[in-house]
Amino acid sequence: MNIPYLTLITFLPILGSLVIICLPRDKEKAIKWFSVALSLLPLALSAIVWLHYDYRTGSIQFEEVYSWIPAINVRYRMGVDGISVPLVFLTALLTTISLYYSLYTIHERVKEYFALFLLLATGMFGVFVSLDFFLFYIFWEIGLVPMYFLIGVWGGPRREYAAIKFFLYTLSGSVLMLLAILGMYFDQGTFDILELAKLRPFAGNFTLQALAFWGIFAALAIKVPMWPFHTWLPDAHVEAPTAGSVILAGILLKLGGYGFFRILLPIFPLAFAQFALIIAILALISIVYGALVSMAQWDLKKLIAYSSVNHMGYVMLGLAAAAAPLAGGNLADQYTATSLAIFNSRAMALNGAVLQMFNHGIITGGLFLLVGVIYERAHARDLKVFGGLGVIMPVYYGIMTATCLASLGLPGLAGFISEFLIFRGSLAIITPIAVIAISGIVVTAAMFLWKVIQLMFLGPLNEKWAALPDMHRFEVACMAPLIFFMVLFGLYPTPILSLINGAVVKLLSGL
Amino acid sequence: MPWPENLRLLSPEITLTAFALLVLGLDMAIKRLKDTLAYVAIGGLTLAIVATSLLFGTQRSLFSEMLTVDPFALYFKVVACLTTGLVILSSIDFMKTKTPYRGEFFGLLLLATLAITLLAGASDLVMIYLSLEFLSLTSYVLVGYLRGDPKSSEGGIKYFLYGAVTSAVMLYGVSLLYGITGFTNLAEIRNALLSPASPVASTPWLILPAIILMLAGFGFKIALVPFHQWTPDAYEGAPTPIAAFLSVGPKAAGFAVLIRVFLTALPVYQIDWVAILSGISLVSMTFGNLVAIQQTNIKRMLAYSSIAQVGYILLGVVAAGPGTVGITGVLLFILAYLFTNLGAFVAVVAFSHVTGSDEIADYAGLIRRAPFLATALVVFFMSLAGIPPTGGFLGKLFVFGAAVQMGQNIFYFLAAVGVLNSVISLYYYFNVVRQMFFLPPKEERSLQIPVTLLLAVAATMAMTLIMGLYPQPFINLATRSMQPMAMLPW
Repeated sequence: MNIPYLTLITFLPILGSLVIICLPRDKEKAIKWFSVALSLLPLALSAIVWLHYDYRTGSIQFEEVYSWIPAINVRYRMGVDGISVPLVFLTALLTTISLYYSLYTIHERVKEYFALFLLLATGMFGVFVSLDFFLFYIFWEIGLVPMYFLIGVWGGPRREYAAIKFFLYTLSGSVLMLLAILGMYFDQGTFDILELAKLRPFAGNFTLQALAFWGIFAALAIKVPMWPFHTWLPDAHVEAPTAGSVILAGILLKLGGYGFFRILLPIFPLAFAQFALIIAILALISIVYGALVSMAQWDLKKLIAYSSVNHMGYVMLGLAAAAAPLAGGNLADQYTATSLAIFNSRAMALNGAVLQMFNHGIITGGLFLLVGVIYERAHARDLKVFGGLGVIMPVYYGIMTATCLASLGLPGLAGFISEFLIFRGSLAIITPIAVIAISGIVVTAAMFLWKVIQLMFLGPLNEKWAALPDMHRFEVACMAPLIFFMVLFGLYPTPILSLINGAVVKLLSGL
Repeated sequence: MPWPENLRLLSPEITLTAFALLVLGLDMAIKRLKDTLAYVAIGGLTLAIVATSLLFGTQRSLFSEMLTVDPFALYFKVVACLTTGLVILSSIDFMKTKTPYRGEFFGLLLLATLAITLLAGASDLVMIYLSLEFLSLTSYVLVGYLRGDPKSSEGGIKYFLYGAVTSAVMLYGVSLLYGITGFTNLAEIRNALLSPASPVASTPWLILPAIILMLAGFGFKIALVPFHQWTPDAYEGAPTPIAAFLSVGPKAAGFAVLIRVFLTALPVYQIDWVAILSGISLVSMTFGNLVAIQQTNIKRMLAYSSIAQVGYILLGVVAAGPGTVGITGVLLFILAYLFTNLGAFVAVVAFSHVTGSDEIADYAGLIRRAPFLATALVVFFMSLAGIPPTGGFLGKLFVFGAAVQMGQNIFYFLAAVGVLNSVISLYYYFNVVRQMFFLPPKEERSLQIPVTLLLAVAATMAMTLIMGLYPQPFINLATRSMQPMAMLPW
């Protein structure tokens, strides 16, 4: 029997959400445990998908195609390849962890919270598995609504402002993407993402190609977010409740990054090559600016929020490098020794970029959880008031240090592999920009070591915090799988890289 | 044509007339009936919808081509009956506390529906003018129905004065067109304008004024800028179900006439009216949205929001061309807007019926007091803002799609302004959502909403979502209904 894995992964959460709506409001414990248990199903299914995915071909697998709206040629089409499989798994993992963490930390309006969180999961899964623009766009937008509520109801003091800012910002990008989608539809008569990658809409008209390109770019770049579209991010990340920040940083940013791989690069390779330099420069600014602004923060949560701008900048750098035009190296050409070397560099940059998205998800997701841990105890995030916590919270100290080191790219932990691949790839193609971008690594290293580890854990203990308890067992349990993957993919990245590489090579060869 | 055949083609109108008279008569004869009459009226509307759907596919002209029975007209007749049905359903409990004269109220609503069905099929300028006046007269009475309430009277008077002026202006435009061509029938006007011996050759400059003057009449019914000033006061003053009716019924009728007149009679001057309508569309959506942001009364907010919404719909008319989805988009948008906007209004009726307030600030914490109503309002606001998976998204997809399909810079610009306007609109729609979900309730007492209102909210919410999730049958219906327009020579 053919099990519709992707449909199940996508729609089980929303079914759970409907069940929760029907449960009585005061059965809080039942609602909580039901959500966590339910979220294990997509996690298990996505693990099965990962294990059963044949990475050698790099093709779309687990496909499901049904007729849906024949009047406008819309099909219900889902499928995954080596780029989406790790992201689907990441989504499932972080959703389960976030729900489990919320089990202990959410006490208000429990029913609404868990129902919305599961709805959010459906939106995120849907984006990663949809292969039809109509379907894709529905999931892309539907995720905004629950996140708006999560920030606005359970967020910090400026939550209302942050919630609507997040919504308006993302929506204004999305609607421009919608126009581009409509333009492609009326040009080629299909909403199918893979078909469009073959048909190359607006082939004879570069102006329209460029318009559509920038329309989609706006939507994706706001989500990623790239400088100068990042201003919603610090507000949303800081005001969101801990689990919301984890999902925002861990997955919602990846929706934007993923769009570059699935939509922009395969459908508009020409325009992408044409504008690669602009994108590389924006990526460079995101990297350097993100790192410097992050270092200037005294609010721990804001510091980590800005570090996302920096880290997602690496993803964009890898993408720009992979698409950049180069004398003697057509995008997909791999027949001479030089062009093969260039092709390899492009593949490396792209591999690194996909891996960086996964790594950023587990690392920064973890960092936001750790911010939640200290904030739950001290109700403060100001780095100036801490100090010496290492003595009284040794477990927290250890886990925080490991995660920070992973984030700054220490060899042996996951972050290093992806950043290395991105720099190795882009140094060969857009050398000057890559050289400057490396400085970002130095700044983030300084920032994590000085601002986070030194200011929080070393030095004299502030007596005010002497009674803080160390991490609870459930908090350690939330971090354990994340640390596990940071170490595993830091030492032995082959399982995930071989998966990504197949899809990346196929993507590049098709350009 | 033999009489029985004519009667068959007129069966929806005859049904409505019969039931309107029945309701009025029963109200006079038996005093106790009042609220039962609502169900009689709903029964009449259901019959009218059945009669209309039996005619679907017909393409005929009646009474020396005064009236046309075609899928396009029939589509709008169904829209009118659905609108009134939902409005009556939401009035049953609401009007109980407001006025003792409820029998006539339902009778008048049926007459207004009759006016819309006549407008939908009118294919002669005289017939158009008469049905437009018929619709206006019934609407004036309905807006000012609450005699004891000064706001209702004020709204009624404003609506009347404004309507009287615009219909006079429109009549002037009609007379100009008649003077130029010598015909009042739309098809004959087109032929006269097309013929080489066209009388218009001597007075070409008169066409543009004629178009603009006639637009005053249509624009008044649709509430397009700059013919919109009556809207917020009339909506605020009118009994809320009537505001709901005004926000959908007459607007749909106005679009039916506008499309028929411009596409049937004036295709030669398409460049001129497209230019005018593009400008009006642009101003309507931008103005409506910007002013809606500042409103504190939810009925006034919905009034300005409806001005913005018709701006989007007009974009579909502007982008009507051979092979484009413009008119299909207009039809889909109107149907989606019917369910969405009526749904939102019914929710407002429910809230004001229980709390007596229309202030947005009083919606604070509604999720605690009436979770179903609050959730439904979120769906309606999502649909109004064009967020999938809702009918509103489908409508916008089609009208903006039509603009993109035109493939000219000016239309790309219009589409871009349209989508960015949707983003602006999200701000004020979700300001209500913010009140309902983020803020604590002013009082904890949960709201007991009458079952008829809950039913109306549930039905409209279901239709809003179904249109978004499985639009196939609706797209097919709209595509078939726009055929008469597509078959016209462009």
